[in-house]
Amino acid sequence: MSDGEDVLGAAASWLAVGERVALATVVESWGSSPRPAGSRMAVSDRGRIAGSVSGGCVEGAVIEAARDCLAGGAAREMTFGVSDERAWAVGLPCGGRITVWVEAVV
Amino acid sequence: MRRRVLEALVAARAARRPVVLATRLSDGAQWLLPDAAEEAAGLREAAAARLAGEASGVAEIEGERWFLAVEAPAPRLAIVGAVHIAQSLAGFAGACGFAVTVIDPRAAFATEARFPGAAVAVAWPGEALAALGTDARTAVVALSHDPKIDDPALDAALRSEAFYVAALGSRRSHAARLERLRALGHGAAALARIRGPAGLAIGAKTAPEIALSIAAQLVEARRA
Repeated sequence: MSDGEDVLGAAASWLAVGERVALATVVESWGSSPRPAGSRMAVSDRGRIAGSVSGGCVEGAVIEAARDCLAGGAAREMTFGVSDERAWAVGLPCGGRITVWVEAVV
Repeated sequence: MRRRVLEALVAARAARRPVVLATRLSDGAQWLLPDAAEEAAGLREAAAARLAGEASGVAEIEGERWFLAVEAPAPRLAIVGAVHIAQSLAGFAGACGFAVTVIDPRAAFATEARFPGAAVAVAWPGEALAALGTDARTAVVALSHDPKIDDPALDAALRSEAFYVAALGSRRSHAARLERLRALGHGAAALARIRGPAGLAIGAKTAPEIALSIAAQLVEARRA
């Protein structure tokens, strides 16, 4: 699913100037989660961010995982569900659920 | 993701060539289809089905979970008439993911400075649209108010597979326009494709408001 914003193009341009880049991609989404499968976010080691994988609800946790991938961590699948306000856990207040694939470009 | 895979994805997008990136979720191994020479059994067929439906998603193939990401080329909008409304429309459509080309034979209007982020063609619409290769992922909207410019654009658009064809103008001038296009050989079904006056009825008055109503109708034509 292309949503117009050229996240991969941004990632390629950051690589071209020597930054390291990780990509996060929505793999599955259920319920009222705001971004469809294929939605992407790119994160660079200098803190640049393009695109999104949710309405801003889980980006923080995904960016943290992306930084871990840039530090040599393995590519991984992350699942986010309904947020539990009492636990201060990252989640989706909309009641949806998403799975995100996070990987470094190597 | 391998860097060469990312570069191949970017090149496919630039060439407006649809591809599918298949990721095996157990280990992150990736194949780009249909380019890959060898791939897991069943993957090519699954990728082709995803491409046809233009929907990314997970597929289970021989006990493995795969994510199939459809990378389809951006939809395009050809704006004919580099007028004030066109400036706002180019911005709205660009933000909504359209690759925008502004076409106008009048060099004073069709300038890069007036349309940052859009391609600008100082040319007559017939030749500019032919050069663009108007396909089923292309929208054409005529804004010049000048039949010498708008009519050839609509004539070309109606002979193409463009998914959205629209023209600005009052109901009266639209009726006159339909008469001229009928004289060029377009039948009732073809003429009914033209949204005229262009845009959703939101009571728009100013140039940016009219541009917003057209951008909204464009999104509706693509998604609804």
